[in-house]
Amino acid sequence: MHQNILRFSNRRYLFVAVGVLLLSVVLYLSQAGGAQPPNGGTWQGYVLGTIGALLIVWLSLLGVRKRRYSSSLGTVQGWTSAHVYLGAALLVVATLHCAAQFGWNVHTLAYVLMAGVILSGFYGIYVYLHYPGRIAGNRLNQPRQAWLNELADVDEEALSAAADCGADVQSMVASAIELSRYGGGFFAQLSGKDYSMVHLPQAEGGGKPLPNVEQQEVIKRLAKRIPRSNKRSEAAALDELLTLFSRRQTILRLLRNDIRMQGLVKVWLFFHVPLTVALLAALLVHILSVFIYW
Amino acid sequence: MDKRFHIAVIGSGPAGLSAAGRAAQYDQETAQSEPTHVLLEGFNTHAKTIFRYQKGKHVMAEPGFLTLRSPMQFEAGKREQILDSWAESLQALNINIAYNSEVARISGEKGDFRIALQNGSEVLAENVVLAIGFQGNPRRLGVEGDAESDFVMYQLDDPEEFKSETIVVVGAGDAAIENALGLSAHNLVYIVNRKAEFSRAKEGNLNAVLAAINDKKKSFYCKYETTVAGLELPAQAGATGAIILNTPEGEERIECHRIIARLGAIPPRSFVESCGVEFPNEKPDAIPDLDRHYESNVPGLYIIGALGGYPLIKQAMNQGHDVVEFIRGNEIKPADYPLLQKQFRLLPYAMDAEDVLDLYQKRVPMFRRMNALSFRELIIESNIMISLDGADYDEAARERDAALSEEGGKLTKLIKAGEYIYRDGEYSNSFYTLVEGTASVQLARGSEPQDLKAGQFFGEMSLISGRPRSGDAIAGSDCILIETPRRIMVKLMNSNDDVREGIDRVFIMRALQSAFSPSMSSEELGQLAAEVELKTFKAGELLYEQGSEGGYLDLIRSGTVVLVQQSHGTELVLSQLQSGDLVGQMALMGTPVRQDSAKAAVRVETIRLNKDQFLRLVGGEPQIIDSLQDSASALLTQSRAMASYPEGGRAINFLMGEGLGEATNALIIDEDLCVGCDNCEKACAETHAGISRLNRASGASYAGIHVPVSCRHCEHPHCMKDCPADAIHRSSGGEVFIDQSCIGCGNCETNCPYDVIKLSYEAPKKPGLLSWLFFGAGFGPGEPNNFEPDPQAKEKGKKAVKCDACMDQPAGPACVRACPTGAAVRLGPDQFGELVAGR
Repeated sequence: MHQNILRFSNRRYLFVAVGVLLLSVVLYLSQAGGAQPPNGGTWQGYVLGTIGALLIVWLSLLGVRKRRYSSSLGTVQGWTSAHVYLGAALLVVATLHCAAQFGWNVHTLAYVLMAGVILSGFYGIYVYLHYPGRIAGNRLNQPRQAWLNELADVDEEALSAAADCGADVQSMVASAIELSRYGGGFFAQLSGKDYSMVHLPQAEGGGKPLPNVEQQEVIKRLAKRIPRSNKRSEAAALDELLTLFSRRQTILRLLRNDIRMQGLVKVWLFFHVPLTVALLAALLVHILSVFIYW
Repeated sequence: MDKRFHIAVIGSGPAGLSAAGRAAQYDQETAQSEPTHVLLEGFNTHAKTIFRYQKGKHVMAEPGFLTLRSPMQFEAGKREQILDSWAESLQALNINIAYNSEVARISGEKGDFRIALQNGSEVLAENVVLAIGFQGNPRRLGVEGDAESDFVMYQLDDPEEFKSETIVVVGAGDAAIENALGLSAHNLVYIVNRKAEFSRAKEGNLNAVLAAINDKKKSFYCKYETTVAGLELPAQAGATGAIILNTPEGEERIECHRIIARLGAIPPRSFVESCGVEFPNEKPDAIPDLDRHYESNVPGLYIIGALGGYPLIKQAMNQGHDVVEFIRGNEIKPADYPLLQKQFRLLPYAMDAEDVLDLYQKRVPMFRRMNALSFRELIIESNIMISLDGADYDEAARERDAALSEEGGKLTKLIKAGEYIYRDGEYSNSFYTLVEGTASVQLARGSEPQDLKAGQFFGEMSLISGRPRSGDAIAGSDCILIETPRRIMVKLMNSNDDVREGIDRVFIMRALQSAFSPSMSSEELGQLAAEVELKTFKAGELLYEQGSEGGYLDLIRSGTVVLVQQSHGTELVLSQLQSGDLVGQMALMGTPVRQDSAKAAVRVETIRLNKDQFLRLVGGEPQIIDSLQDSASALLTQSRAMASYPEGGRAINFLMGEGLGEATNALIIDEDLCVGCDNCEKACAETHAGISRLNRASGASYAGIHVPVSCRHCEHPHCMKDCPADAIHRSSGGEVFIDQSCIGCGNCETNCPYDVIKLSYEAPKKPGLLSWLFFGAGFGPGEPNNFEPDPQAKEKGKKAVKCDACMDQPAGPACVRACPTGAAVRLGPDQFGELVAGR
């Protein structure tokens, strides 16, 4: 019922890609014994180059097909499956086309850009196949929004529980909530590192905010206070706060993980797509220059 | 008083007033010195029922398509205006009204009726028009303590009398709705509806009550599918009592200050019978048989208005006018006559439309005992279809095309002989009655087609189960069909036991036929069908319990049943079964001890057969028993396969918990494949005027299966209940969609248990894909989520939007086709086993 992109339609496009590869290898080998060594300039080289260029153009059309929502030209999954297999084949086709002749020129630039696109694509396949399950497992059958809502509820409960405690606890709780961090900038999202802080009152030795990784700073301080509290009502409130902060710890960790993995699933496209645009430009220059300097 | 009147009208409600008014007009025209008519009214005022309406009550003028034909004025307006205008007419027309003249007895015959009054005097009349209405005794709650008291009231004169109380209003008719709405201004009000919808309410009331229920700021709540189980009377005057309700979720007690029960009234049947008028059956709500002149079996005794089965004011007034014409021998046509004429226009009859109507009612046994006027309404709401071939068809088609521009009413529908009326697998749910010719109908998928004849009907399976058609229906040559929309049929089945029983009987026969294909005669099968029991189960109820000893099996009529087994402390789901499937047959074939429990996943209706009935059905026919045993074995194998993957069974349980037991086409996302790109949502928005009808991220998940918030196209769509504009339809492909006539009332949004309908303004236009891609113009696909509607869109207002399963997309559902990873699929319940297999 559900098939991943590699298994799509009994790996139909794997066989297409293998066919393209076999054809390319045969073409390459047929250069043996010719007037010149295998290179892009023989007729076989031109044919291989044409196959490669057409593949590149077709592969980049996935971006258009994906957004043609009424299109009846196959499904996007089918296109993606073919994109993966033919994209992988392209690496071999292009290598055979240039016969591994590299230099410091626009031709090699095009090759390098293409290799970058394909390698980022390989990473993409890896994350597409492995991360969705992990992301779902991490979310424990709830959408991210449900966790955000629960965090907001827990925060509210914590603030009201803190209202039964001293001013120092109140200010610590308020600041811990305010300085809790998940997500953030590019690297913060992808590293999943906890940049949460807490600003303690002067009496607690505060001044500058302290790191509050995994809410541990607050948990530690709450745990320290509970046995030492004089009033029973305050002890109860502190107990509740401790429970709430360990819940916050869980939710915040889950959210950071969620953001990190969701980020990893998306981040490769920030390389894959711009590199593709650059590749198309370099490819154009490569083809034009080849014809101009024929 | 020994003067003999030409016409004596009894009862001065809308019908009686109108009749007396028409008679008075004739007296004026012919310049009679003495009136030849008399209007007898038991009370001291006219139109007592309307007089008793709440102050300021808005009286409606349904049905809208009908024109008023009466010497009295009537249009929708406040109670006071209407009563005043009638009082003026009484004066102006010089109607001979006798107040406080309650009739005790009518005897005599046409030309010489003697009307004995309670006060001892007697009135003589040649013709009598009974217009005494339906307001006999109010129908009681039927539980202990239901006598009229301060706590239990059957009439509400002034809703302003009560403030800051908790009041339970029982009933779903117009009176109950109006009382409840009137009380809700100052009280906490519950309205108790025994049905799942307000099917009997007038349009305006329907809108108002649903708006009140939807209004979160109002203390106004509705208990659907709820009956009264008992009362706790207050200990002393002024204290609160309580009402015990039987709700779909179980018993519920509501403490309240009083209960207003508006359950309609029982007609003063015994009085009418004492006049010699016969009733067709013993049912309490039976209405006397009348001919189309409203004359009863007693010649010269006419019955009009609510007592004749038509409780709407305008209809009653028209009847009052017409009955006087009939008595005077004027063959006039009723006001809706042109509508009928148009419906019958392409039929090959020289007969008058009225005669065609009579003929059709006589042709169909189930409709025969229906009140002629209700039948008339049924026909006016239905389509009349005729099949023709060759030149006849072409000629009729030309006539039809020529009539296309005419306004009002429906024209006869044409179909070519031999064409499909519907096909197997289609989701249409109209009900067809054959009145002439034959139709070839497969009563079950793949079965031998049967030729149905005039008087028979088909299409009841889909009507009741909500599932697609099983089998084809083909029009014979020159057959004539009544095609009745589901909405009308549901209303009729709710209000007419004959029709419901008739349809149920045939449904059962055909269901048994297709489930067992017995070789018994249709008489025997009919006999059996009359004996078997119809059962209804609420979601979560058990059809039978594991370990119990069972002597019966169930054939599912509608809904989904799951088989669960308690084994070593865990609950295993073994199987899920849909309409047409058998449940519990093992007890009749193997050991009688139930090995599993059968639980209703949604509301379920079944046909229950006991062992004796089962044996009669399969009676010693080895091939039937063989095939039943085979399918039982297959079920057992399948059950064990599912039980061996307990996680799969739990996933089925999860899906049922999400209400997918009533789905026909649901979007399911595999979380192991979904990368969260939201291309499904973008595709949805881009193919549906910029507004996505699904919310991928929200919705529940279990074991890697995610059920996004998106329409699942229910078997019996909840959204289709109470759509005042009748804007929600089911296409033949099964897609439930909202058409352009949506008025944005929000009923469907409220009625949908799955939150998949939202009200939205039209989205602004977007630039083409390439100009966005290359030049960054405007918003890209699926962007933005929250648009600012332009002034024109605001002017048009919000309308309901929901998934239509891309019925207009030639390539199929855009969400599925746009998923790059293959995570999104659309499934029906029959594929859930495959979905969870191996999880």
